[in-house]
Amino acid sequence: MDPARFCSQSRLVIVAGKGGVGKTTVSAALALMAAKAGLDTLIVEVEGKTGLGTAFGRGELSYDEVELAPRVRARTITPDQALLEYLEDHGMRRLSKRLSNSGILDVVATAAPGIKDILVLGKVKQLERAGNADLIVLDAPAAGHAVTFLTSARGLLDAVRVGPVRTQAEEVLELLTDPARCQVLLVTLPEETPVNEATETAARLRERVGVRLGAIVVNGLYPPVRGLDSAPEVLAGVPDEEAEALRAAAAFRRSRNELQEEQLGRLADGLELPQLRLPFLFSPELGPDDIDALASALTDAVGALETAS
Amino acid sequence: MTLAPLTRTRRVIVCCGSGGVGKTTTAAVLAMEGARQGRRAVVVTIDPAKRLADALGLEALSDTPTRIEGDWPGELWALMLDTKSTFDSLVFKYAPSNGQAEGILRNRFYRNISTALSGTQEYMAMEKLYELHEEGGFELVVVDTPPTRNALDFIDAPRRLTRFLDNRLFRWLMMPTRVGLKAVNVATRALLRTISRVVGSEVVQDAVAFFQAFEGMEEGFRQRADKVLHLLSDPATAFLLVTTPRADALEEGRFFAAKLEEAGIPVEALVVNRMHPRFARIGAGALRQRAASEAGTELGGLYENLADFTQLAEVEEANVAELSERVRPAPLVRVPFLPTDVHDLEGLSELGKYLFDSDGEPAVLGGG
Repeated sequence: MDPARFCSQSRLVIVAGKGGVGKTTVSAALALMAAKAGLDTLIVEVEGKTGLGTAFGRGELSYDEVELAPRVRARTITPDQALLEYLEDHGMRRLSKRLSNSGILDVVATAAPGIKDILVLGKVKQLERAGNADLIVLDAPAAGHAVTFLTSARGLLDAVRVGPVRTQAEEVLELLTDPARCQVLLVTLPEETPVNEATETAARLRERVGVRLGAIVVNGLYPPVRGLDSAPEVLAGVPDEEAEALRAAAAFRRSRNELQEEQLGRLADGLELPQLRLPFLFSPELGPDDIDALASALTDAVGALETAS
Repeated sequence: MTLAPLTRTRRVIVCCGSGGVGKTTTAAVLAMEGARQGRRAVVVTIDPAKRLADALGLEALSDTPTRIEGDWPGELWALMLDTKSTFDSLVFKYAPSNGQAEGILRNRFYRNISTALSGTQEYMAMEKLYELHEEGGFELVVVDTPPTRNALDFIDAPRRLTRFLDNRLFRWLMMPTRVGLKAVNVATRALLRTISRVVGSEVVQDAVAFFQAFEGMEEGFRQRADKVLHLLSDPATAFLLVTTPRADALEEGRFFAAKLEEAGIPVEALVVNRMHPRFARIGAGALRQRAASEAGTELGGLYENLADFTQLAEVEEANVAELSERVRPAPLVRVPFLPTDVHDLEGLSELGKYLFDSDGEPAVLGGG
């Protein structure tokens, strides 16, 4: 599939997965791929993590948009910021200061669980409606919380019968369940626990949210390398110690490859989603060059997808 | 370097770090070592992966410890934190009557606290730890911390929760007739009306009913929270930082270390899980050159592969050294990348070898 087309399937893409699987990196790579395909892209970060700025060689993000690369902007949206903005937009500026000081948001958030998430998603929805970008990439909270985050709208509809919060929740749910406007891109690793959790998260998101699951990104696959299965003679003439090291490293990579293959199989059995495979990067720094490499790899993986879907 | 002195002498060990770095498994191995050393040990897990839960005989949430039989002189117990029932028992403990406690448990606002109020899970983990330490007769309590994004929420959580329960705004609401607070009340009522308009009045009524029912119990909760905090800063308590050598996990690790330092709590050990092995003493640069001179051949591929892992090990080692320097003199324990997830007690024992028998030097597996 053409990357521009892949990225235009819905204006909002929510990147979700367990902690440590590389959601932020994938969000960055996806945004960069979209930007290179000519789409104006915005990354939204909701947890106040620092990874995204670092990945593009910048510092921390803020509520105000910053440009990370050509056609790639990024910003944060936290519940407190979104609430203040909501109140100010609705002529309650004076209240907003008191609210944030009195800890009342915590009380309200407990009275109506999910309200913080709705504040954030409501803001995202506003950006989506306003056509702020061709593609909005939402770097979602870690797995367990991602389900809570995305089910907040349904939960609130049960708890809150009237008022603007209900309207907000209805509109957010409309956005989440409209496959032409929103899809979830799951991220996992080819390892046992991440595969299990991705399968579970997918099932829950389908059942409880009714959101479209676009594809699953499998991060961290060892790229192929020549000679892993070569005959012993290949090492003829190599000093003993070095030959031993070469053999040990080759054996390690072979066994990791097998394990990864096995997990890819388990994932395919458990989850009927197209897999987008990204390579393991041997430089664990994750700077701009790495994001660039991942964006190219993602473009290739997307290119190999059937256009029919 | 070994963690054996910690499991032998400390009463409480808190494992902290970001999500997905193997905190729960590390906590379980530590408690098992305690049992091996002859102590009565318990591990409190927050959200274990299924196979680990199975390994520990934990099929469902249970607020009471389950004993795990094994070949050790001490005792090993495990439990999975149930935030709500831990909170429920606190309510029963501090309510003046069972009737009042039951009233609170029925309140919808209260029922939301355990799932929706951020920090509650962290606080209940610490509360459980205190309870097991004080009342459970355990000599060693090892606790896993929630994969919280707000690093170290659990240190702050007891105070935050009591502040929340003591919310002045709602306290004013509950004494509308008291003289002197009238002015405050007018403003407060206006605020409340606005909140009702935004979220609906039922939501606000639930909250008011809860704070009314809770009236008079805050003091007990506060005192308890103080005791919990006291235990966390007691010298018998040790904080362990668990991480992996990947950039993002180390970044979080540095953040945790800084926060602990701010709170005046020393990191007593640094555990780095999933380290890649080093196969050769030769540097990655030299190996790349050899790969380049053999480019396109099988031997070139083998050199490429060795160079990849050597480079990775070098960078990981350098990154880890930096964090280790930060938390000096805490010992550094490296655990290699293992082929499978731990799914039985034997697997935990295997892991124990790295935590308790290693010499603190990075291993070189191959020759060269």
